[in-house]
Amino acid sequence: MKVEVDERGYYGQFGGAYIPEMLYPNVEELRLNYLDIIHQDDFQREFHYLLTEYVGRPTPLYLAERISEKYQTNIYLKREDLNHTGAHKINNTIGQILLAKRLGKQRIIAETGAGQHGVATATVCALMGIECTVFMGELDMSRQKPNVARMRLMGAEVIPATSGNKTLKDATNEAMRHWINHPEDTHYIIGSVIGPHPYPEMVAIFQSVISEEMKKQLLEKTGRDYPDHILACVGGGSNAAGAFYHYYNDQRVNLIAAEAAGHGIHSGESAATTVLGKPGILHGTRTLFMQTEDGQVIEPYSISAGLDYPGIGPVHAHLFDTGRAEFYSATDDEAMEAGMLLSKLEGIIPAIETAHALAVFEKKKFSKEDIVVVNLSGRGDKDLETYISWAKLV
Amino acid sequence: MQTETTIDNRLDQLFKTKKSSILSIYFTAGYPKLNDTVPIMEYLQDSGADIIEVGIPFSDPIADGPTIQASGNQAILQGMSVRTLLDQLQDIRKKIHIPILLMGYLNPVLQYGFEAFCEKCRQIGIDGLIIPDMPLAEYQEIYKPNMDANGLFNIFLITPQTPESRVREIDNSSRGFIYMVSSASITGAKKGISDHQIQYFQRIRDMDLKNPALIGFGISDKQSFEKACEFSRGAIIGSAFIQVLSKSVNLKEDTQNFITSIIA
Repeated sequence: MKVEVDERGYYGQFGGAYIPEMLYPNVEELRLNYLDIIHQDDFQREFHYLLTEYVGRPTPLYLAERISEKYQTNIYLKREDLNHTGAHKINNTIGQILLAKRLGKQRIIAETGAGQHGVATATVCALMGIECTVFMGELDMSRQKPNVARMRLMGAEVIPATSGNKTLKDATNEAMRHWINHPEDTHYIIGSVIGPHPYPEMVAIFQSVISEEMKKQLLEKTGRDYPDHILACVGGGSNAAGAFYHYYNDQRVNLIAAEAAGHGIHSGESAATTVLGKPGILHGTRTLFMQTEDGQVIEPYSISAGLDYPGIGPVHAHLFDTGRAEFYSATDDEAMEAGMLLSKLEGIIPAIETAHALAVFEKKKFSKEDIVVVNLSGRGDKDLETYISWAKLV
Repeated sequence: MQTETTIDNRLDQLFKTKKSSILSIYFTAGYPKLNDTVPIMEYLQDSGADIIEVGIPFSDPIADGPTIQASGNQAILQGMSVRTLLDQLQDIRKKIHIPILLMGYLNPVLQYGFEAFCEKCRQIGIDGLIIPDMPLAEYQEIYKPNMDANGLFNIFLITPQTPESRVREIDNSSRGFIYMVSSASITGAKKGISDHQIQYFQRIRDMDLKNPALIGFGISDKQSFEKACEFSRGAIIGSAFIQVLSKSVNLKEDTQNFITSIIA
């Protein structure tokens, strides 16, 4: 079965646009225009100019020899951690702010969990001189103070989401409500491959620069433009979608996604959606998410705030459902150990989200000839306190 | 479908017999206490409400403001669910003769099972559903047959931003009435009615739709109710009534006083 989005925004049985009528005109405006705008020459010129000169792309595809030696295979790291603001998130916010400008929008809103997407949004709004409001769960604000400060430093207003459990899903609810109340002048920059169509596909297109570069870089370094395996972590799944995108339908490439198992898949504190989730409708899309028998959303848990979302994007639900991608999950401890290992062997401190992908090397054996690309989605600076307390470093 | 015409829907009867100032009241099932659902419905009917909208709580209600969300969270904590609500309403037609609508987000209904849900609604005597996040196209392809077979009207929303062609499309797919959202807002967000909104009400009235319209969102008192009724067949009150319930010491008296303050 081909992995692609259909006209109504479905990947197989997942996706669509389950939104109240109040959001219909905004989402419809996007749906009708996003592909035309993205494909315009001047859009492409400006997008690639900013990715090159401002973000610092292309990011290196680095053959990590010492960790390859350890796992007896060939591990390449796609260094998204070297992007401006420290993660892949900015690929999407650059794309969406250019789109918002062309739609004539004067204000930007966004949701954020750990603050990475909020920072990436505040960054591009400062760059473009556009008013920016970021919704962040009250609990997350107290856990991620430096990112709150970064956003404010760049002129964004950060509004605490005080409903529900005061985390990412509640921030998403608040952003959607704000959009309902401000339908005409505001664009909502969703940070992952979630939400109503066309968001999941649009975000994946902007992130697909990752696999586009990967193809060229692999050809130069290995003589062929595809790897045997691509490994990426999945919360909502934007970095994974970007890393998989140009290989969705290339059966020579094995796609591997890593979810967060928290304290253990069945511990009651987990975010392993493909194991614990059921199909349902959340935040405007039909996908897999963790819910009670009565259809109420279950609050996820992971040590990594970026994986702390109850669902996965519809494209990932489809990749799972069809068996196109392999799904693993890593506990907090397994991820932390993998993050420590990369730090020691390669001098690269990964984001804890990314460390979940690295933990797969302890679970799956690759052959000596395999070429494995890990999407190193973010750097670990933001997680220093977690590393310190987990490993008792000071 | 044959069954469409054989089941006599109370909404049709109401709109045939009452031409103006129809009052529809929304409240959250299982709020303020789990077993208050049925008594509140009785008090609403006795006080003169014309339609009752029973809200099915959901953990992530994106179209609702803080008042309705808080009531829903409390109801969920107290054990409210689709199953519990349908149990509570099992014998409701022994007590309530006015139209009853169930309003909620799609997910809890899907997890119960849409077909089973519609059948149960027919057995109980529910007249229609308001599911704000059910897309029009999916309704037509997937959900409509079950609803029609069980005599359930689907109530769609329109807003000031809904283009005229889409208003027509919604009108053609609607039965019962059209839920006219008064402004670009979530529930409970704005008070009173502005000139800008009145232009929108007039615009829709002049379209001469085949379905009657009720105005909701931001209707909270006698003044806003009467204003809305000048431009439509009636109006819907939700958050303002839930605020009354949240502070109530005597549900019967407080419900009566509130309804009387609107329609007397």
